[in-house]
Amino acid sequence: MSAQSNSFMPPLSPMLPRALFQSEHEDFRRSVRRFIEEEVTPHHARWEDQQHVDRDIWNKAGEMGLLCLTVPEEFGGIGADRRYSVVVLEEIMYAGASGLGWAVHSDIVAPYLINYGTQDQKQTWLPKLVSGEAVGAIAMTEPGTGSDLQAMKTTVVEDGDDYLLNGSKIFITNGYLSDLIIVAARLGDGPKGAKGISLFLVEADREGVEKAKPLKKVGMKAQDTCELYFNNVRIPKENVLGGPDYLGQGFVMLMKELAWERLIISVLSVAGAESALAHTLDYVRGRKAFGQAIAEFQNTRFKLAEMRSEIGIGQSYVDRSLELVLERKLSPEAAAAGKYWCSDMMNRVIDECVQLHGGYGWMWEYPVARAWADARVMRIFGGTNEIMKELIARSL
Amino acid sequence: MQRKPFDPEMELFRDQARRFFQNEIRPHSEKWREAGIVDREAFLKAGEQGFLCMWADEKYGGAGISDFRYEQILIEENVYHGDPGFFMTVHSRLIAPYLGTFGTEEQKDRFFPDIISGKKILAVAMTEPGAGSDIAGTKTRAEDKGDHWLLNGSKTYISNGILADIVFVAAKTDPDKPHAMTLFIVERGMEGFERGRNLKKMGLKAQDTAELFFHNVKVPKSNVLGTVGKGFYHLMHALAEERLLSAAGNVPAARAAVNVTREFVRDRILFGQPLSKMQNTRFKLAELDTEIEMAQCFLDRCVEVHNEGKLSAEDAARIKLFASEVYGRAVDECLQLHGGAGYMDEYPICRMYQDERINRIFAGTSEIMKEIVARSILD
Repeated sequence: MSAQSNSFMPPLSPMLPRALFQSEHEDFRRSVRRFIEEEVTPHHARWEDQQHVDRDIWNKAGEMGLLCLTVPEEFGGIGADRRYSVVVLEEIMYAGASGLGWAVHSDIVAPYLINYGTQDQKQTWLPKLVSGEAVGAIAMTEPGTGSDLQAMKTTVVEDGDDYLLNGSKIFITNGYLSDLIIVAARLGDGPKGAKGISLFLVEADREGVEKAKPLKKVGMKAQDTCELYFNNVRIPKENVLGGPDYLGQGFVMLMKELAWERLIISVLSVAGAESALAHTLDYVRGRKAFGQAIAEFQNTRFKLAEMRSEIGIGQSYVDRSLELVLERKLSPEAAAAGKYWCSDMMNRVIDECVQLHGGYGWMWEYPVARAWADARVMRIFGGTNEIMKELIARSL
Repeated sequence: MQRKPFDPEMELFRDQARRFFQNEIRPHSEKWREAGIVDREAFLKAGEQGFLCMWADEKYGGAGISDFRYEQILIEENVYHGDPGFFMTVHSRLIAPYLGTFGTEEQKDRFFPDIISGKKILAVAMTEPGAGSDIAGTKTRAEDKGDHWLLNGSKTYISNGILADIVFVAAKTDPDKPHAMTLFIVERGMEGFERGRNLKKMGLKAQDTAELFFHNVKVPKSNVLGTVGKGFYHLMHALAEERLLSAAGNVPAARAAVNVTREFVRDRILFGQPLSKMQNTRFKLAELDTEIEMAQCFLDRCVEVHNEGKLSAEDAARIKLFASEVYGRAVDECLQLHGGAGYMDEYPICRMYQDERINRIFAGTSEIMKEIVARSILD
């Protein structure tokens, strides 16, 4: 049995036709796929060892037009709709290229600027995010603050024309390579609870911003997730995201795109499961046990059928959610349900895929082993699945 | 999640259907459960409303509406009124279409008006004691006697078996070819056609399920349905839709189980607080709600594709598998949340639990569904 050296495996043909995607999306998909094959896959194992991608992959992706697809043309983007974002996210998962932190950069950070940035903020940052000249991160989570944002301890206090930022943030995706960080902090003398939170644009090269080494993680090993420390970081008042009117509005701003942000995880989950299944199909056809391919055992057949069905169900939910996102009608509860179910499903599927691989599934050189490690966090980040269930339960 | 909107006239149709099931069906279900059978009257009333065979041509009394969503509305409302024992859909959308697709003009003229009015009730007889999903194992046979066919054999687990006036019977017609089957239209009163017991079942108590016996039944040649020797393929023809029908019932039935449980857990006080405040309750219901939403979304997409005539056997198998498994998990968890009350017949969940179990078995077991999906990816 030789190791599967090429970690890319095209997904199976879709079950129900995906009515949302048209030929221009498929053309785009091909170019994303080629880019990842040529520029990402050959380096990914090395990036895992160094715990971050090479910085220039951001610039290369920017040159190819793969970053921040929804940024309007006046700010250097192409003003595409979110189907294009979904294509990129799916292709990353199909290739197992979990080191690419583009989802946060392109589909979370950039939309904050698009939705709330002042003209000046947009002009300064959006073109750089589009080109990859700047890497974006968002810093909300703290050592003692996850989904319960009101417990946030990072503060800003007024100091003349500036603010002084103090505190620390943890588990920050793209943190190590970041150039622009959207930091959630509370006004030192402001109200407690969720109401006192504001968002600030913090340049990573400001004095007092300190990046820790990338954290060692179970999976997504090429992803530069790290802690950030802010020691008396002086930030001008015009760096409040959206300008002074938005001071104290951080919580509302964080909520605005929540449905979309959760859908991102559903998209990644379904695509990741699909990719693991494709690898597994390939494996069970080739591997023999007791004189027959393990694909011929009834247990294998039934497990694969269950997985294929669940993936198809997740896919149709994702596509319907995306349709609603395009109409700006996806409810937070529906997105929460998708995030919880799809990420759980992905974990069930990939665990079963490892099982069908036997001992090989435990070996890092096999894509399914990496997928297994990468998958675990899907049930945690973006709001744990327990938080999702609580939100759904409230709506009942 | 928001379903794709139904057309406004469909919403009006839903109101009409809801009134019908609430007023004309629901009040009788207790009596029917005890009797083990619904009144024939129920079919006639459904016929009066125009709910039977809406897809059929207007010249026979149908409405010429093939959009599956209308059927889906009827199925949903037939579930929501509380008892799933009135097998109108089996008559109307599962069996009657065989006549619509394979019947001759003469047969349609002869049978459709009574089928569409509800005067005559339909059953289809495929399953035998030794032949379920593997219908090639069928033992019932018919011999060509020149001016008629001579039918011998027996069938079991036949839905509407006691009420049925017209039964489409699958029989082998060439001993050398296991797939050479033919469908025969057997009518109430034909000599040698007898019914066995109304079988006692775990659930679906109001539904009459019976054995049927055929002893030297002379079936006129004019009662051959479709092509001689092609019965197997005729039966296969509608399987995707049959599974879609099944799933279309399972999803609202699971939803109904969650709905009664929501009410229950809000009222039930435990350790000084409503059961609905306990985190386990909240998470279990959130999980079920999510699974049902997933199933609903996939189902509605399947319906959309089916309306375009493109629903594949694999997709139908997937939704049948998933919807029935979700339904099974839902009634089990919901009963658990009811505690001891859930075990008592007076609580709806108790019956829902029993009524559910067959759905993972009929219209092709979950295992057969998996085999169909597996073939599509492996073979």
